[in-house]
Amino acid sequence: MDFTLNDEQRMFAETAKTVFTDTCDSARLRQLMETDAPRDDARWEAVVENGFPLILLPESAGGLGLSETDLALIAEAAGYAALPEPLIESAGVAAPMLAAIAPDSPALADPMATIAIQHPINPFVVDADRAAVLLLHADGATHVVEPSAVSLERVESIDAFRRLFRVTWRPTAQTEVSRDAGLWDLALDRGALFAAAQALGAAQRAIDLATDYAKGRTQFGKPIGSYQAVKHQLATAQVKIEFARPVLQAAAAEIGHGDAQSRARISHAKLVATEAADVAARTSLQVHGAMGYSWEVDVHLFVKRALALTYAWGGPAFHRARVAQRVFGQPTGPDQTFAREQIHA
Amino acid sequence: MDLTYTPEQEAFRAEVRAWMEANVPAAPLEHFDATREGFEAHRAWERTLKSGDWGMVTWPRDYGGRGVDLIQWLIFEEESYRAGAPGRVNQNGIFLLGPTLIEFGTPEQKARFLPPMASGDEIWAQGWSEPQAGSDLAAVRATAVRDGDDYVLSGHKIWSSRAVFADWCFGLFRTPGTERHQGLSLIFFPLNAPGVTVNPIRKMNGHVGFAEIFLDEVRVPAFNRLGDEGQGWHICMATAGFERGLMLRSPARYQKAASKLAALYQANADTVDPAIEADVVRAWMNAEAYALSIYSTASRLIAGGKIGAEASTNKIFWSELDIHLHQTALAILGPQAEVLPQGPDAHGAGDWLEDYIFALSGPIYAGSNEIQRNIIAERMLGLPR
Repeated sequence: MDFTLNDEQRMFAETAKTVFTDTCDSARLRQLMETDAPRDDARWEAVVENGFPLILLPESAGGLGLSETDLALIAEAAGYAALPEPLIESAGVAAPMLAAIAPDSPALADPMATIAIQHPINPFVVDADRAAVLLLHADGATHVVEPSAVSLERVESIDAFRRLFRVTWRPTAQTEVSRDAGLWDLALDRGALFAAAQALGAAQRAIDLATDYAKGRTQFGKPIGSYQAVKHQLATAQVKIEFARPVLQAAAAEIGHGDAQSRARISHAKLVATEAADVAARTSLQVHGAMGYSWEVDVHLFVKRALALTYAWGGPAFHRARVAQRVFGQPTGPDQTFAREQIHA
Repeated sequence: MDLTYTPEQEAFRAEVRAWMEANVPAAPLEHFDATREGFEAHRAWERTLKSGDWGMVTWPRDYGGRGVDLIQWLIFEEESYRAGAPGRVNQNGIFLLGPTLIEFGTPEQKARFLPPMASGDEIWAQGWSEPQAGSDLAAVRATAVRDGDDYVLSGHKIWSSRAVFADWCFGLFRTPGTERHQGLSLIFFPLNAPGVTVNPIRKMNGHVGFAEIFLDEVRVPAFNRLGDEGQGWHICMATAGFERGLMLRSPARYQKAASKLAALYQANADTVDPAIEADVVRAWMNAEAYALSIYSTASRLIAGGKIGAEASTNKIFWSELDIHLHQTALAILGPQAEVLPQGPDAHGAGDWLEDYIFALSGPIYAGSNEIQRNIIAERMLGLPR
């Protein structure tokens, strides 16, 4: 039993945070927002150079062969910086799934390429137009299709950096690559896990923005951050973050079990990390006052990202039901924290 | 990250489980704060634990422990709660003062105080708060005047948990002429020493769980001072870290309650509002999150880390989850919720009520949650005072 990250994991996460925050400064984010370009090419090059898209890919597919624990840390850093590019869904969900069914796909060989996924739990596909290939779902089977072979309709999200598309297509025998429905369960678990990780990062950024503001903004002759009414709101949000993080880390470490317990842990992480993001973002807005409600200040980026992540990869009702299945269907109690699923005959 | 137990840890769990199954009293003991008999029955349980070498498993063997690590302590706690073992009447000693003694005490102090603490022969109360020093603990006025090899203690302590029936008390005292955080020392005194008067205070549940203590020139040897004179505040904060952050409220306590809550809901599922299910699931998630957080903290401490301001986040989290969990149970019980456990119609419902009333004290004791939020804001987030 060792519930700690190792030094390499901590250093990799620190590098990711630096790369993302250096390249996602407010001006650069706004430039992308105004041009509606799918990506900032210089930033994406920095992301690729650091090997982030290769983390979950097996070494046989040219990847780093690391774990969900490692990618969750990168996802948290991406959430912290409000990274616009679809690194996490591509590298965390779609690419490892493609590597499992079509390891020789040219899309995996191109380091700059992203891969998009249409999971039945999500009505829309993120960055479908720029993807090298799309992973599409039909009756449990997986189809691999190029964007030019499907019809794409853009759907505007309140989060300007989530480029959503409705995908219309017709499955054929030629596009079908796998009939293993279990792949889609793993994709859902990974999607929810990494959405939770991004939400946790976004939550901490919202608090950090508010803390900086509260130190500098003076009213009644004192920094507003010296007033308990402000302090206590921020502390309450920080408590939510602190108690979402170990759940997220355990969920990442246990995902490979694919049992009732690991699914419940991921759902628990998704629920509490997105709640932390919601509370932190709205607290940040309140602490910033009218400035926080302005387009100019970055708080709204995190309010919107928190909203989108709450409902992507299964909303609260879906995930609460998965936790309930574990609570009422498996043994509970003090000795069951790390227990695995018991199958009833 | 490796979230599996080693074979040694599994063997340790099996050993605790077998011992608990053979030794936990069949009927629950009377509460240790209710009567002298209840208190002494819990002291007897401490001695039984010691006879099985379970007094305080994390302490070194020389001081009455087993020298196991914090992960094994968590396993021990899990098995204790699983078996329904009696509560630890000496929690002020074994969970708060003990770890502080191990960190700051001299070898002679450890040898004198730890073994009888581990065996229940000396049960401890705490003497921090005073009528004028609650949340503002640095306003302590009780004094310790040095006289040769002794200290002479005078003052008025209050809200001292366990002080009505306990043997010893650790308290915060001031060198005369000093102010605020300077000049404070942590000093131990026997509760039966000449000059000590203990007045029981009834809690809202009717138990005499705490007391006020008057000290009128109580003479104790300077040996009873932990750390240097004037180092008391620093040592107190370390003790508070253990209290808020790690040992006082083990996760197993809430996991056991959450498990019972799930069973209560299922037993009443035909009649209760199905909307309550979300709260039952929430209570379970809270208990799990707390357990995972403590496993994470324990792993970090084993790797050489220290408890910091995150102890304050823990205290807020467990105190709030405890109230939510018990409110959910009362919501399931509905009109049965108010029935006292002694009543013929209680059918076990009263235990939820008793634990709910106890949970209401959580946001107040061990440093109010307002103080914890200040600590988080100032020390974790760096906001100005």
